[in-house]
Formats: sequence, C-alpha cells, structure tokens
Amino acid sequence: MKRLFYLLPLAAFLVVAGYFMISLRAGPDVHELPSAMLNKPAPEFDLASLSGGEKLDLDALKGHPFIVNFFASWCVPCRIEHPVLMRLSQQNHLPLYGIAYKDRPEDTKKLLDKYGDPFRLVGLDQSGNVGLNFGVYGVPETYVIDATGRIRRRFVGPLTAETVNKELLPLLKQLDKS
Amino acid sequence: MSSGPTQNRAGGAKHLRAALGLLALLLLGFATANAVEPNERLANPALEARARAISSQLRCLVCQNESIDESAAGLAHDIRIFVRERLVAGETDKQVVQDVVNRYGTFVLLDPPVQPATYVLWYGPPALLLVGLLATVIWVRQRHARPAAEPPLSTDERQRLDGLLRESDG
Repeated sequence: MKRLFYLLPLAAFLVVAGYFMISLRAGPDVHELPSAMLNKPAPEFDLASLSGGEKLDLDALKGHPFIVNFFASWCVPCRIEHPVLMRLSQQNHLPLYGIAYKDRPEDTKKLLDKYGDPFRLVGLDQSGNVGLNFGVYGVPETYVIDATGRIRRRFVGPLTAETVNKELLPLLKQLDKS
Repeated sequence: MSSGPTQNRAGGAKHLRAALGLLALLLLGFATANAVEPNERLANPALEARARAISSQLRCLVCQNESIDESAAGLAHDIRIFVRERLVAGETDKQVVQDVVNRYGTFVLLDPPVQPATYVLWYGPPALLLVGLLATVIWVRQRHARPAAEPPLSTDERQRLDGLLRESDG
C-alpha cells in the first residue's frame, strides 16, 4: 500500500507527459472544433454568382459529390491555400465550388484574376448568412458534400497537400464509388 | 506666502476628486461593457432584453473566452443579429439557442450541457474529491490501528527500560 503512494508522482508525470505528447504531435489540430453539421443535409443556398450568370444553387449541385470552399479576398490563410485549390481543379479536376464569404464582389474578382480561379462557380455570400447556416467560424473552411447533399467532412483552415492526399482525395474516391 | 500649504491642500483635494471621478467612470465602463452596437438593438425593449440574455450564454467562436455579447468580432456581430432575427420571428429563447447549437455545436454554450462527452468535466472533480476522501479515511485508520497492533514489551525489554528510567532519575 505504502509503496503505491511512491508511484503517485510517476503516475502524475505520465498523465502530463501523455497530454503533451498528444498536443505536440504533428497532425490535425486537436483544438479544431468538430462540425455540428457533420452527416446532416447541407443548408440550402441559392446565391448570385460572381460571373453574374448561373446562380450557385445547392439543388443544382446534388447528384454527385462536390466540394464547397468558403474564402475571402481579405483572408490571409486563403492565399496560402490558393495553390492547393488550383492543383485540385487543374490536376484532379475536382468539382470545386467557391463561396465568397463577406467579401465585396469586385475584391473577389481581383483576387481570382490575379491568382487564378480554381472554382467552377463562385457564389456571393456578402451578408455571411450562408456561412452562418454552415457553422463557418473562420475562413477558409472547406466542406465535402455527397451526392445526396449531406455534409461528409469539414476542413477548418487552409487545406494542405497532406490533408488533400491523406483525407480529401480518399474520401472523394470513396464517395464516387458509393 | 502663507497661503502656499492651503493652496496645495485645496489642489490635492481637487486632484483626489478628479481621480475618484475617473475611477467611477472606469468602473461604470466595466459594468456596462458589451459590444452590442446601437444599430443592432431591437426597438422592443422586452425582446432586446431576451436577446441580451441569450447572447451572454453564447460563446464567441473566434475569441472563445468571451460571450458574443461582449465580443467585437465580426462573427459575434452576425450571431447577435441572427439571434435578434429569430426572436422577432417569434421563436422562444430555447428555440433560438437550439438554432445556434444546430449550426455551431454545443461548444457555443458557455455553460456546457451534461452529456457523455462532458461526463469527465462534470463528474471528474467530485470523483477526484471522493477518491481523496477515501484515501484520507484509509490512511487515518491505519495510523490509529498501528499502536494497538504492536506487541507488548517482553520481560527482558521491561527490565532494560526500568534500568534506563532509574539511571535518568538518579
């Protein structure tokens, strides 16, 4: 019994060390919030598009899996993510749709003119209402939506080559099969 | 010349009053600190009061340790507007809070609900206290039990002890 008491500091140390090991480990941020919308139908949207033509309408997109990326011209991490999105659209030919979150259309246009436009269509969410319905709490956020319109995955913060290869592409492959 | 000290004292009192006034203003500022902008407020005071009460329970997800009522972040502003829109639409307080939880998850609630994911949070501290109490009880009992468990002195030991006591008395 008494000997067990001497093990207490060791046990406390192991608990703290374990906590640090999880927190310091490279990989997904443990502070990333889980989406409350996961596996629920994506909220309806029908947004005017940047090009002024066809609207960005959720119902029209259903039928095959697709990706929705919330971005803004004022968002610095979005610039980091931009080359990854360009690769996704040009090399992988993924159905990538953009929602310009609380951004002025002319600023969005300037951004895409300068750095390239990876999106098939860009919807304008100037009020941030669609973002609010999705539970967006910062840009960029990326949602993978399946053919029936359900949200299957949310990525908070800029997509990296690693998250794309390890998570995004395998998930889309799996969704395409089913 | 002789008016010098008097003037000083009067000056001191003035400074003190000014300092106290500033302090009062500062405290008043703290008491009413919030980020709700005038153009966000609802005309109906009863609805506005409900909106304020709801907002103070909702976490701002950008700053995470402030309620949306206190936060100046853009997202907090949007959720404040959303809450007010829902109230105007005739929803109850519970429905409004549920609407926000449906979008952002239970993490937005500053008062976390009791559910499997928060059992450790809610029951952990009382459980630890219980373990501590039990350990203390066991420890105290063992300490009390020990003297009784010791065997009585043998005749040899008693004789030696008597000798020692006599020596020290001597």
